[in-house]
This record gives sequence, C-alpha cells and structure tokens, in this order.
Amino acid sequence: MQPFEYASPTSRSEAVRLLSPRWGETEALAGGTDLLGLMKDYVCTPKRVVSLKRIADLRGIHLVPGKELRVGAMTTYRELTENESVRRHFPVLIQAIERIRSEQLRNMGSIGGGMLQRPRDWYFRLGYGLLPEKDGQAMIANGDNRYAAIFGNSGSASWVSPSTIAPALIALGARAALYGPRGLRVIDLDRLFTTPAQPGEREHTLRPNEILTEIIVPHREGIRSAVYEVRQKEASDYPLVLAAVTLELRGRSIRSARVILGQVAPVPWPSHEAESALVGKTLNEETAEAAGEAAVTHATPLSMNRYKVQLTRVAVKRAILEAA
Amino acid sequence: MASCKYSWPAANERHLIGKRISRIDGPAKSSGRAKYTLDINLPGMLFVRSLGSPYAHAKIASIDTSEAEKMPRVKGIQLMKRAGDEVQWAGDQVAAVAAETEEAAEDATRKIKVEYQELPFLVNEADLNHAKTAGRTRIATQEKVGDPDKAFADSDAVVHEGYYGIPVIVHCCLEPHGHVLQWTGPQNLRCYSSTQSVSTLPSVFAEAMNIPANNVEVISHYMGGGFGSKFSMDLWGSAGAQLAKQTGRPVKYLLQRAEEMEVAGCRPSGFARIRAAAQKDGTLTAWESDCWGTGGPSPSGVLPIPYVLTNIPNRVRNHTFVMTNIGPARAWRAPNHPQACLLTMSALDDLADKLKMDPLQFFMKNADLAPENLGKVYREELQKAAELAEWSKYWHPRGDKTPGHLKRGLGLSIHTWGGRGHVSNCQVTIEADGSVTCELGSQDLGTGTRTVIAIVAAETLGLPVDAVKVKIGDSRYPYDGSSGGSTTVGGVSPSTRRAAVDARDQLFAAVAPGLGVSAGQLEAVGGRIQVQGDASKSLTWKQACRKLGARKVQAVGKNPGECMLGSSGVGGAQIADVTVDTETGVVKINRMVAAQDCGLIIDMKTAESQVYGALIMGVGYSLFEEKVMDPLTGRMLNPNMEYYKFAGIGDVGELVVHMMTGPGYDERGVIGLGEPPVISPGAAISNAVANAIGVRVPSLPLTPERVLAALEQKGEMA
Repeated sequence: MQPFEYASPTSRSEAVRLLSPRWGETEALAGGTDLLGLMKDYVCTPKRVVSLKRIADLRGIHLVPGKELRVGAMTTYRELTENESVRRHFPVLIQAIERIRSEQLRNMGSIGGGMLQRPRDWYFRLGYGLLPEKDGQAMIANGDNRYAAIFGNSGSASWVSPSTIAPALIALGARAALYGPRGLRVIDLDRLFTTPAQPGEREHTLRPNEILTEIIVPHREGIRSAVYEVRQKEASDYPLVLAAVTLELRGRSIRSARVILGQVAPVPWPSHEAESALVGKTLNEETAEAAGEAAVTHATPLSMNRYKVQLTRVAVKRAILEAA
Repeated sequence: MASCKYSWPAANERHLIGKRISRIDGPAKSSGRAKYTLDINLPGMLFVRSLGSPYAHAKIASIDTSEAEKMPRVKGIQLMKRAGDEVQWAGDQVAAVAAETEEAAEDATRKIKVEYQELPFLVNEADLNHAKTAGRTRIATQEKVGDPDKAFADSDAVVHEGYYGIPVIVHCCLEPHGHVLQWTGPQNLRCYSSTQSVSTLPSVFAEAMNIPANNVEVISHYMGGGFGSKFSMDLWGSAGAQLAKQTGRPVKYLLQRAEEMEVAGCRPSGFARIRAAAQKDGTLTAWESDCWGTGGPSPSGVLPIPYVLTNIPNRVRNHTFVMTNIGPARAWRAPNHPQACLLTMSALDDLADKLKMDPLQFFMKNADLAPENLGKVYREELQKAAELAEWSKYWHPRGDKTPGHLKRGLGLSIHTWGGRGHVSNCQVTIEADGSVTCELGSQDLGTGTRTVIAIVAAETLGLPVDAVKVKIGDSRYPYDGSSGGSTTVGGVSPSTRRAAVDARDQLFAAVAPGLGVSAGQLEAVGGRIQVQGDASKSLTWKQACRKLGARKVQAVGKNPGECMLGSSGVGGAQIADVTVDTETGVVKINRMVAAQDCGLIIDMKTAESQVYGALIMGVGYSLFEEKVMDPLTGRMLNPNMEYYKFAGIGDVGELVVHMMTGPGYDERGVIGLGEPPVISPGAAISNAVANAIGVRVPSLPLTPERVLAALEQKGEMA
C-alpha cells in the first residue's frame, strides 16, 4: 500500500476542501470495505484519504410518511435493517440488504459507499483499469467475460455495475444528494451512474471533490416491490443477475411499473421493454413471463455470458411474481 | 488378534478407542492460544513480500533492484530468478524483499525493474487439438488388456460413449504457505513452518543453506491445512532463510492469498472421451478411454481409469499430457483420484442409464471388478448409503417428471484409497509424578493427529485422555513420516501403541514386587494398576508412578513393527441428493451421504470430522471451484476468495456420515482416512444432477452456465 495522508474532517465543507478536483489524487473513505482492498492491491493509489466517519450529519434515517425517506450516506446497512420504519415501509430495501450474505459487510458497509463501490471486474481488480485493453483489443470482450455485461457493453467498459441495492432504490424512484464546492445538488439516483468511455472518466457522475450525502426515497403507499437475485451460492457472493421491480396496481391491472436490472450492464439497467410489457396488463404469470422475455429483447451477450440472458429473463419474471 | 503383545484391545475392552472424543487442542485453537506459523512474531522480525512475474511465460532479460534497495525500511533483497531464467507461470516469484513493515516490503517490490521477453503461453487445455497444434502435448504409453475391439463389437453389448471433464483447481489452504525463519547462531537455523513434513524438512533447509541438518529445527505446532501442497521448503523457504542470514534478523515470509492461489499448487485437470460396454444384464465387459489433462509445465500423473472397477476384462487406456502455464501441480487430497472418479463414475452412470438399470444395482453387480476383495465392502457401503439417502424413496429413472422448474435427483459414486501407515517413532515417558508424555516428530494438519495419539496412549495406560501430554510439531522429537497419502494416523497409532505397551510393562515390572505378583499379572485400567481379576490388589496410577522414584520409564515404539496394527486399502460409497432449478441452472445440495471404512477407528469424532470436511470440500469443487485463466494474458483471473468460489455452510446441505465398524472392519487395524472421502463428491453430485434433469452436464464445476447449456442441448431449457 502506497503511503498516504489521512484526513478526518468533522464537516462536509471541510471534507470537500480536502478532496482534489482531479480523480486519483484523493479518495473519500466511507465504510472502507472496498477502498482499503483497492489500495492494498494498488488499484487505487490516493495521496490523501478523506474519512467521512466524523461528519455527524451524514448519518441517520428520517421518514416523513407519505412523502419521503431520507437516509444519510454514511448510514450502515445494519442500521437500515434495524430501523422499524424502513422495515415496515420499504421491505424491498430490507430484502436487498439481507441478501448481502456477509455480516461484516452489512455491519461496516454504508449505503453511500455501496452506491459508489468500484466494479468487481477481474481485469479492473488486476490493475487493467476501467477500460481494460491489450494490444488495442477490449480485454473483456476478447477475454473471459462470463460475468460481464449483456447490455450497454459495446465499449471496453463492459463490466457490470456492482451494487445490489442501487437497482431497488432506483426502482423506488430514489434521488441522491451530492455536496461539492458549489453547494448541494440533487439528482435522480440513476443519473449517478455512467459508463466511462474515455481514460480518466469514472463510472459515477459524482465529481472528484463532491461527496454523496444522502439518499432520498419517495414514500408512497400501495407500491408493490421485490428484488430477485439469481445466486450461484448462498454464502457471501455477488448475484449473477438481479431484477428489482416496483408495481403500482389498480385491482389486478398494472398502472405503472419500474424494472431495474443489476449485474447485467455497466450501470443499473432500466428495462423499458419490460416496463412497457407490464403497463395496462393483468398481473399474472403470463404477464410476468412476457416481461421477462421483453427485458432481454435487446441483449447483446458476449462470447461467454449468453447464459445471463436466460438468467435475466427468469429474474424479471420472478421479481414481478414476488412483488405481486 | 489378542495373541500378539501389542495388539489392539478387543471391542469389549476399548474404553476410549472408537468413542467420540473431542480434539484435545480444541480449546487452544478456539481461544486463539494455539499459535500457527502466521501468528509467530519475533523481536526485530522483518516482513517479506515477493515480486511475481506478470507474464505466464517469459524469459528474464534483466533484473534491477537498485531503486528498491534505496526504499525506506528495506533491509534485504534476494533474487529468486536470474537473468536468462524462464518463468513458466504468472506470479512465479522473481525476487523477495525484507523490510520493517509489510507495506514497505510490498512497496519496494514494485520498484524492482524486471525486463522480460514474452514467450508463447498456453493456459487452456480443454481443447486438445489447440494444445497439439501448439506443440504442448506428450503421449503416455498405451495400456491395453484383453480385446476391447472385439468386446465393443459384440452384438449383445450395450455401448455408451461420452465426454467428461474436471478442471484445474487450487488448494487455498486457510493458512497460507510459508515460514518464519530465525538464525539462532551462525550455523543454526530455526524454522517455524506451515508444513506437512516436520521431520524431513530440516535436511532440505540444511542442504540449501549448507549447514548440518541437526542444526536445523523445524517447528509446526499448529497448522491451517496443507491438503498435499506443503511438503517442501519451497522457493520462499530458501529465499527467506537467505534474507534472515543477510539481514541478521528473523523474517516472516508467508504467501499472500493471491500468491498462494497463483503459485502454491494446482490439482491437475482431467478430460476424457470414454466408451464403456456391458452385457444386457449390466455386467461390464469393455472400456476405452482417451484422456488428457494438465498439471502445469511438466507432465503430471496418468489418471487411473477405469477407476475402482479396474478389472473390466477388456480395456484400453490412452493418456496425453498437456504442458501449460497454469502454475505448478501439487498433490491435492487424493492425487489423481477425484479426477479418475469423476471420469469413470459419470461414464458408468450414463451406461447404467442406457441399460435402463438402477445405478445402485449396476454398481452392486460389478463391485467384484474392484481389486483387493473390496467387492463386499462396496456392497455393504452402497447398501448403507442407499438406506441413509432413502434411495428407494427418492431415486427415479433419469429426468424428474415432477412439474415445475425444480428437479430433484440422486447420484452415487464409489472410491478407493491405500492409507497404509507411514514410518513413525513415538517416545513415551512416564515419570514419578504420574505424567505421561508422547513425543513424535509428526504434525497435526488440523485432522486430529494430536488427539489420536493421546487416545492410543491413554487407552493403553488405562488413563483418561487428558492425562497424556502429546508433543508433536518439532523436529527435535523422534523422526516421523510426512503427513501425506492418509498415512499419519495409521503410522502414529501403532508406534504409540507399541511405545505405550512397553512403557506400561516397565511400570508393571517396577510395581509388581510391591503387590506380590509378577508383572505379567497386572493390568492398567480405570486409572489404576491392578492384579488381573483381583481389583482389591491395586494402586492408583499416581501411587504406582511414585514407586519409580528418580527413575523414569521411557520406551520408543516404531512403525512398522511387531504385530499387525494397521493395513491398507479402503473403499467408500457416497450418494448426493440435489435439486436443480432448470430455469436458472442453479444446483442446490439437499443431502450428501457418505459410508466410509478405514479399518479400526481410533476417534470416531475426528474421523467423522474428516469426512464432513471432505464432503464440504467436495461440494466446493463440484459446484464452484475453478482456476480461471485469462486467455489474453495467461494470468489467473480469480486469485481471491470472491471469484474463486467456495462452498459456504448454506451451500453444502445436510451431511450424513456413517463410519463402517465392527467385524470385517476393526480387525484390519488402523488405516488412513484423510483422502478417500473427498474423491467421490464430484461424481456423485454430477450423477445426481443428471438424474434430476435427465441430461449429463459433462464438466465440473456444475455452474448455472453449464447446466443451462446441457439443458439447451437436450432441447429442454424452460
């Protein structure tokens, strides 16, 4: 691990001042479950690490019933699962978090850090960068891509977005509050994620000297929701594919739907095809199956991950049926 | 068997042997008091990190360490390769740096400049033609018995032909490989080593360091697993000893997890095209196999197929070695057997299906094709396993016809192993304070060796287990064999028995006159020395020992030695019960059943533990494990415990272990157990999946991807 300076500010403005406007020079530290490993492997080599632990107003869970849930970015997964209002009103979040099958990760990992964790892609983790290339060839497309993206994968960044919580939050319509030198901005959570195309770009739209301060989730009664993960293992492991679904029903008829896929694209992947296949239909097995089929219409699997197309089909179908 | 002086006590005289006894070092291990090599920290100790090659195959043009030497806190650098040397796998170590902190050592390795000339590499051997084109194959001698051509051509023969495969995997010992090395004098080296070979390692270090072997002390009190990969000093042992010498300070050189997985050993792969034939009644008549596999840059062993049922009357076997850059092969728990078992038992299970025969009946019928009269053992074990797995209730012909996407299936497999006890020397000392000490230059890899020694000594002396102190894991104790090939318990139990009997008899001789009897009339039972048949004439153990005065009783027992206390050759049958989700290809284990023999069992609890552990390891390599090699760079892509997937407790299902004991088993004496139960899970699980979904998934691990591909090929994907 390269030597680095450690800063532990107590306010968000101080934190932002300590962060460099250029990527690579500084890193913000939340739960530490990802960054420290990346530093030990020299994948991240910041000169300064800015801990966010002592900034009190980055923690906490507040529910305004009928309006919104506000969760400080440094709130741990464990704090979320132990919160009665979250358990009662956002069961899909609890479902997603409890599928992180590592007690240690749930204890240490924060909701904000979870959104901003780096890709698990093995080429990235071995130090080949976010756009891994060898002799001008995209490494993922030409190498071992069994776990890689089946959507949005035409460039070199064809790894998958790692968060298993973001799809559920996006399906719930969550927004993210970002704080930087120019103050606060609030964006739709799905806008936090992007696919880098040029060297130096990251997979998040967060600026290098901004911090994620809060996740804001609209609260509406009567929304049905579920997340379905296809996992090879019960023990700690990332799912192969996941689908998060929210449905608004009138009787058995679907008024509106959000279907967000995880582990299939460099960003949490909204499936408009699946959503269109649902709206106006009666919620039943046939509809769910058709939505699963629609979800993969435009899939572009790579040489070794065609099986993920089938897994996506099934995850969408099962998430819908579980939400019903 | 009671006619010989050292014989094992008869069943009705065993107070400890064969009972469920908790391991004596359990509290030390679970409380953290037990110090493993990784826990050894010495004053002034330096930390070593190594620089590995990023290329799978390259020639080293030059190595420049000048910048690394100038790094802060760096105290020494050793080259492990020279200019002109070739590296044969990615991660192969080039240089080692000793520094005052782990971080400083790691940082300095990155300042070493190595120029490589890249050479062509091969890391994928599943495609044999590709390997042939690359000039990376060597053909082993064909082995042929009978007339297979004629047998296959027989009009009555039912013939099955198939392709099967099992990939390269790694050991991933919980405790990584390595040593803490300390020069205690100019010519004296102390090695705290994570090793399966305490007694033989000193001579290896001695030769490398050019010092007398008796000046080397190897210590391994506790160890976090070896599985066949920790017999040697290794590159890191010699480089570490040099660094300790060069710096004048102790050094700690344990491999990092990624390094462990890249360079510390591979289980060779096995792929085969197999033809097998039987008569319509199921009698096996012919076998033909074209097999290949890789164990890294050198040829590895020829896989022993057909496995177990070796006496198929007409058989021919071809084997092609594939030389690759995947890393070095090392013995992996039952070398060559899990591969041979998967290839053979899958093909025979497919043949049974073609015969429309219940595989249980098929294997029962053919069990006598196994050597060494194991046929009876297999039939008994298959019967027992079938009963515990509820075979008659849950087995069905191929393809679960239950509606829906969840399909359940059962599969079985049988295996064999030798397990004869190795050379062992045990010194038992009884002193006037009543203390009993057993000393052996053996080691406990985590299997329960220490406990077994204590049980044998305590049983022999009529004492409770905790009255015996066991000293192992130090090369200053009497020479003992390496722990490999399931030879340890079969080695240390007889030597301890012989030593304890002799020590006991000396004690009898010392106390007999006082009791007014001859030594031969005494027995040691229930913590007393008493006259046989007359408990009124007795001494407590402590009273008896006090009679020794300043003398102590000491005896050395050897293995091999007088009286038959052990033998070799075990069977074993396993049944897997699985559920497959045919929409996702995910396989779940419902239950694993193992019926296992190993002669006379010393500690039922640690014996069962061995089998539980083997089943867990077996589920891991059947469903998850694979050394994934990058076709572009030749590097291992999953040198971590995230993408090199292991079974967790939620993945292994219910584990049912039945140890075969009693007449027909006990009188074979002690036989090793470590290896046999890990052999069958691959085949049993693969057969269970085929039974569930109605089609063979040809290669392990049985990932969703492979299961879905097999279903798709069959045209039955949901």
